Amino acid sequence: MTAESSTGKALPEPTPITRPYWDALKAHELQLQHCEACGQYTFYPRLRCEHCGKDALKWTPVSGRGTLHSYIINHVAPPGWEQDVPYVVAVVKLEEGPRMLSNLRGVPPDPELLKLDMPLQVAFVPRGDMVLTVFEPLQLKGSQA
Amino acid sequence: MNHQPIAIVGAAETELGALPHLSELDLRADAAYRALADAGLEVKDIDGIATAVEPPNDMAHMLGITPSWYDGTSVGGCSFLVHVAHAAAAIRQGKCKNVLVIHGESGRSRVGFRPARQRPPHSMSGQFEVPYGVHTAANMFTLPVMRFMKDTGTTHEHLAHVPVAQSHWSLDNPRASRRRLLSVDDVMASPFIAYPFHKLECCVVTDGGGALVITSADRARDLRRSKNPVYVLGSGEASDSACISMMDDMSSSKAFRLSSRAAFKEAGIKHSDVDHLMIYDAFAHLPLFGLEDLGFVGRGEAGDFIAEGNTRPGGRLPMNTNGGGLLYTHTGMYGMFAIQEAVRQLRGEAFRQVENVRTSVVQGVGGMFTAAATLVLGNQQP
Repeated sequence: MTAESSTGKALPEPTPITRPYWDALKAHELQLQHCEACGQYTFYPRLRCEHCGKDALKWTPVSGRGTLHSYIINHVAPPGWEQDVPYVVAVVKLEEGPRMLSNLRGVPPDPELLKLDMPLQVAFVPRGDMVLTVFEPLQLKGSQA
Repeated sequence: MNHQPIAIVGAAETELGALPHLSELDLRADAAYRALADAGLEVKDIDGIATAVEPPNDMAHMLGITPSWYDGTSVGGCSFLVHVAHAAAAIRQGKCKNVLVIHGESGRSRVGFRPARQRPPHSMSGQFEVPYGVHTAANMFTLPVMRFMKDTGTTHEHLAHVPVAQSHWSLDNPRASRRRLLSVDDVMASPFIAYPFHKLECCVVTDGGGALVITSADRARDLRRSKNPVYVLGSGEASDSACISMMDDMSSSKAFRLSSRAAFKEAGIKHSDVDHLMIYDAFAHLPLFGLEDLGFVGRGEAGDFIAEGNTRPGGRLPMNTNGGGLLYTHTGMYGMFAIQEAVRQLRGEAFRQVENVRTSVVQGVGGMFTAAATLVLGNQQP
């Protein structure tokens, strides 16, 4: 994938509840809400735990490790992505349980190389004044831009 | 509980395809007038109205209706199935007598277009999905299929067989967008839109509309019409995640399972009672999910079931008999057209009519696996 730029690509707009997630990414750290009542992780960010309904969510750094749960290789670019096609949109299942959408880096958009359940590691990419996640095959850990 | 039987007594579609001379509002009004004509009713007879996206009160005013009941449930393409269920409950409660359910959408020409589902940058999908280069149904709705294929042993050929099977139904239908018989090779040779989905595994994009008139079975008998009423035997609605990447299980739709279970229970039917099936097919994986999640086949069996011809003309479970969203029409919210085809089959007036249809099941989906609804329809009064 080409270098990220701010030209035309959609940017997330944090809300009070989600802002800690985005602030953590700026510090190159992946954080999730962890429920101190039931012990489970929640994603996307919420006011209360989706599993037990308790008001006991605490932002917690997580491993950033996950697996490739599903994906598509997008051939029809949304605005701002014209230079990137074809590119991978990946569903990553995090070690801690939740799934999240992201992109892949360090592996070509080739179905032969994209094996479901392959281990991945989070990295961070700037876009505008935000930082987004990107995932790389685990053995490439340490090559973060 | 009041179990007064409810009937669909009017059903009609507008012209379909590219209709740049009609705005979305015009398409909705045109659909409404056609359904009223089909029912033999006039605007003044209508006291209930339901439509998605456009506020139902605005739509009522445009048509000259003063409703005593309205519903603006807007959960994507299955909204109209939900409206039928809600209308049945409202009629049983005495809130209204005759309900119009209206859909019209300028999905292709975008004249007076109002997006059905927006993902502003502060929404959950707008924050956690859209920034990663997903934008349209073609690159979001498709995301679960690799998981489904791995978990069930479904192959690329199985996926391609879905539009192939449905092309046997839309063949030569002048109202269908794709009218020629397809082969697996045809599908595989069409360009990738979002791997593993080729163009022919993605729905057509059209303008069009449809509407229904719903009333009590008692009043249906009084209408001087030659066509038989279609009875609403059961319904169900359910929902899943606001983000497709966080749906409960990417290889099986929770919403499909729950809505269909509720509808089958209310109708008191078994799978063997179903003569005709419509499964909302915005993309080729949905009939595969649907057959398995509704329990017509076992886990991992849907691909072979379709490839072996069971859902084609002459097969034991005729499915998507108008060609579906993949071949017939898809304005963006297809659910209305799935209901329309079920009504035609139950009335015996479909382009490719299945013999002896008494019970039809319509499975809808909305907001890309966010919501689902099911209707069980029949032509014998319960």
